[in-house]
Formats: sequence, C-alpha cells, structure tokens
Amino acid sequence: MQNYDELRECVIAGKKAQVAELVRKHLDEGKTAKDVMDNGLIPGMAIVGKKFQEGEFFIPEMLMAARSLNAGLEVLRPLLEASDVKPVAKVLMGTVKGDIHDIGKNLVAVMLRGGGFEVIDAGVDVPPDKFVELARENGADLIGLSALLTTTMPSMKDTIDAFQSQGYRENVKIMIGGAPITQEYADEIGADGFARNASYAVELAKKLLGVAA
Amino acid sequence: MTNFSKMAYQSADDLMFGRAKVPVTCGYGLEVGTGMVLPEVNFTLPTMKVEHEQLPAILRQYDDMVSSILQRLVTLGMPGAMIEFEHAPQMTEELEIGTAITAKIRTLMQSFYEKHGLRTALRVTVCDIREKSRPPQMRSGEATEKMFEAFRLSAANGAHLLSIESTGGKEVSDRALMEADVQGLLLALGILAPRDSRFLWQKIVAIANEHKIIPAGDTACAFANTAMILADQRYIPNVLAAVVRAMSAVRTLVGNEVGAVGPTKDCGYEGPVIKAITGCPVSLEGKSAACAHFSHMGNIAMATCDLWSNESVQNVKLLSGHAPEVFTEILTYDCRLMNEALQAGQERALQNLFVSSDAYKSVHALVISPQASFEIAEAILSHQSDFDRTRAAGLQACQIIRDASATGKLPLPDRESAWLDQIEEVLQENADEGKVLEDGSAQFGELFLPKEYGL
Repeated sequence: MQNYDELRECVIAGKKAQVAELVRKHLDEGKTAKDVMDNGLIPGMAIVGKKFQEGEFFIPEMLMAARSLNAGLEVLRPLLEASDVKPVAKVLMGTVKGDIHDIGKNLVAVMLRGGGFEVIDAGVDVPPDKFVELARENGADLIGLSALLTTTMPSMKDTIDAFQSQGYRENVKIMIGGAPITQEYADEIGADGFARNASYAVELAKKLLGVAA
Repeated sequence: MTNFSKMAYQSADDLMFGRAKVPVTCGYGLEVGTGMVLPEVNFTLPTMKVEHEQLPAILRQYDDMVSSILQRLVTLGMPGAMIEFEHAPQMTEELEIGTAITAKIRTLMQSFYEKHGLRTALRVTVCDIREKSRPPQMRSGEATEKMFEAFRLSAANGAHLLSIESTGGKEVSDRALMEADVQGLLLALGILAPRDSRFLWQKIVAIANEHKIIPAGDTACAFANTAMILADQRYIPNVLAAVVRAMSAVRTLVGNEVGAVGPTKDCGYEGPVIKAITGCPVSLEGKSAACAHFSHMGNIAMATCDLWSNESVQNVKLLSGHAPEVFTEILTYDCRLMNEALQAGQERALQNLFVSSDAYKSVHALVISPQASFEIAEAILSHQSDFDRTRAAGLQACQIIRDASATGKLPLPDRESAWLDQIEEVLQENADEGKVLEDGSAQFGELFLPKEYGL
C-alpha cells in the first residue's frame, strides 16, 4: 500500500498548499484519485475528528484541517467526477421559521463537512415549505433543523409535517437540535433523531443514514 | 454625546455592588444604584407558537407570570424590582404581539404599585431582527424599520426603559470566532460593532427621550457570550473567549457615549467595565441565571451588580410554584444578603468572597473581577478611537490572564497558554485600522455590507 503518512500529517496540521502539492505528487506517481482520497485525505481528517472528540483540537484547528482536505479534494475533483465517486450523503441544514440563531447550525455544518458530507445551508428563518423545496431540488438525504427558542420549537414540527403532507417524508431522515431541544421533543414531533451537540450530529447523521462510522 | 475620557471611579476598590456613581430612577419610583441591589426578573413562554391566533393564550401566560412574580416580591417584602420583557423575534416582527404584552405587563405593575406600593420598572428589550437577512441590512430594509417601530410602540405602550442585544458585526464575529481569527475579531468588534452601536443607540435614545423614558443599555451577548459558550463546549480556546469579553466592552460603551444611561443589560458581563468608566448602574447575572445558561461567574458577577438577574426562565411548573416566581424568590434572597452586607458595613468582606470564590477558577471569571474590569477600562480610556480601544482592551485581558497564570493562582493548560501567545501576537501586529478593514473586507467581504455600517 502506498505510504500516505506525510499527506495525512499535512491534513492534520492544516497545511493547505502542501496537501495540494502532495496529492499531485501521488497522482503523478500513478495512484488513483480514489486511493489518494480513501487512504490519504479521509484518514487524515478522521484523525482530526478523533483529536477534536478527545479535546486535543479546537474548531479552528479542525477548520484548518478541513480546508487542507478541500485543497486536496479540489485537485482530485475532476478525476473523482469522471469516476463517479460521490460524497457520503447530502445534508440540508437550516434554522427553522421564526428563529435567527445560526451559530449552532453553522457548527454542525462544519462538523458534517469534515465528516465527508455535502452540506446545503438553507440559512435562518426558513419556512417549512422552503425546506421541502430545497430538499427536492438538491436530493438531500438528511435534513438538519435547528432552533434556539422555546417559541420557535413548534416550527420544527411544522417543518416535519410539511415533509409529510407533501409526500416527501419517506425520502429523507430528519434530525433536530438546539439548546431547548430534547430527545422527548424529537420523539413527540416525529423527528428521526436528536443531536445533543455539534460533535454528536456527525455520529447521528451516519447512524441515521446507515453510513459506516 | 459624552466622550468618556476619565474613569468614574478612583480605583477598583470603589466598584461595589448596589452603588453607582450615576444612579438611575425609573418606572414606579425604582432607584437603581443608590445603595441597594434589586432583582431583575426575566421570563419566557413555555414551548408554544407566537402568532396572532395565540395572542389571548400568550397574554394569559404573561398575566400569570408577572402576577406571580409581583406577588412573590410583595410576600417577601422586597421593596422593588426591575421586570424585563425580552422580545422573542416574532414579538418584534409582529408589532401587535409585542405591544400587547408590554401593555399587559405595565398594567399589572401599576396595579401592584397602587395596591402594595411595590416599586418596579419595565425594561423592554426589543429583538435585533436585522440579522435575519444575509448579509444583514443594518441600516435599511423592512426589518430595520420594524425594529425601530417596535421601540416606538414599546415606549408608547408602557416601557420604562429600552434595551437591546445588538448584533452589528456578529456576522463577521461568528465566523472569526470559529476560526479563532483575531484580525477578523478586530474588524467585527473594533470597527463594525461600534459603528453599528453608534447608529442604533442614537435612534433608541431619541425615541426614549421623545417618550421621556430611559435609554438603558446594551449587552455584548451576541459576541462574548457566544464565545464563552463555544469555549465551554471546547470548540474554541477559553482564553480567546475571555479576550473577546474585554474587547466587546468598547462597542457597548458606544451606546453610553451617545446617551444610554444604564442599567446595562443583564447578560453583558462587560458591565463592570462600563460602570468603571461611566458610573452607570449595571445589571448582571450569575448563579441564579443557571436556569438559562451555564457560566463560570456565578458569584463574581455579584461583586459589582446593581440589579441581579436570572436572565430568562420558562414558565414551567416546579414543586413550589412556576419557575418565574421561584427565580424571583432566589434573586430576592441573593439581594437580601448583599443589602444586609451594605447595611452592616460588611460589603467589602462579602465582595471579596464573591471574587475569591470564582476569580482563579476560570479565565472567564478572572476578566470580570472588579480589578480586571478596572484595568480593562483604564486601557480603553488610554486611547481615542473605537478600534484602538478594542485592541487595547484585548491586550490588557491577555496581560491580566498572563499575570494570573504567572502567580500560579490561575491554572492555564499549555494548550491555552500557546493560544494566548498567538492571540496577543496578532493583536500586537494589527495596530493599523485601515489595514484590518482592508484585509477583513477581502476575507469576510461576502458576510457584511460596508454601506450598512456607513463605510
């Protein structure tokens, strides 16, 4: 197996330019794009995720690593598209109608991207119908709903009901999160899962979609 | 316009709970900062929709909450309290809802004043809904107009004081925090946020003056409390959040420069810095606001408070009653203790305990101690421009943390210490406001609209 140690280390250290350069070097040496991604870039990012979980890394360090990962993926993208390699899954994220708090949602998006998901950000104060429309348009596999206020929690139920009434509920999994949210509330409104924090959201997303951790 | 150039107090020792150099009298004869700490009670709806169809049910909730709060104050013999009505976004957007709640609360307060002589005042905190659009329109657009209309209607329908948790610069600060980008934070807190505060508070002060009510104050919650919560979840370094706390005081101070007179908003832990500079009374929260959020400042926040708040609690039933009245009782006992100390001349001893029990357990607590707040305030006043003041406040916070760590009193992990070095270095390197704006515009340009900040 090709030695990707240096590439992995550069991903972990967030060395964007070096990652792109090393990816090109591996391709020049005849490695496939999928091999470089699966055995170099993604394992490097997985170590970053582990370091974050264990309290060794903060988000800024994780973001730097994610950027270096993206720099490598940019080099690989034309080759991956040609060979039809797809992201883990597509997630549509948004803060529900009436609520304008979004730092939690943004954090979850960062984590999911770091975990190999493609994230579509619907923004804040998103009406239920807009969620359904964007999910259809983008072929989202998972919907992430965020709310910070007790007075906007009911919008989560409205959004899930909209997926139901528009006949699209079976096409997506829905996870919810935010300061006042509980597992009981998720069960009550028919969500598929509750993410107690941004880190757990990635684990939950993988679990809901049956993606290997 | 007041250009604060001198400290309101001679030394940190002069900063004391219950006493403010420039007290505020408001509402039904409520005096804040004249030698007594009073509760500030805040409350919110249980899980329910805020929409027109629900208005009768919403008003019933507020009737129940406020009546029970006022009754508990009377029962416990508390002579007065600040009542805060903080808008959820829909209460600012749907003007009729926010206005109806304001009028309902005010009627209840008047009735308790007439019947029991209970001295209260109503602080209405309008929601800053301008950040709804991305990039946000801070000076134009429907949301901005609606927000100012909500201030006008609040003033006309019962508010005694006006406040806001303003968000100018948050669109940049949020990302800069997640990236630990100190140059970005200088752009957000040293350039954008003060410009927005000046614009915003000139208008709020004008509305308050027109209605002969109090333009109270702001809070850097959107910046510094966001940072504190992110740090608590181990997403960003604690030292970064503590430095942001100090830096954020400048944008809050701008509100006072253009006419806000206090009491500052409860969740603004930069309040002691504002008090040190302006002498205005401050509202703070700590252990009795654990119902709303975690903090490291449970006791130390009491050291300089004039109002003592619970931040917010849902109207849910507990064993002894509904949560708002329960928290009114908790706040009342906290205030009784402080007031007893003031009466007995024991306030210094109590303040020292508030400080020593928290200060060296966390950098978040350390930077809001009376001494640290005083030093940060002095650093701010040693400069003229908002940008230079913001940078100086950040550097002073770095020094305070470094000194506390050097004495061995404050345990600072190596990882945090390394981040402190980096933060200080970037603050030192970025003395040129023009360059920070230029670099920041290149990096964060898609997040903010310069013209919405008068740039």
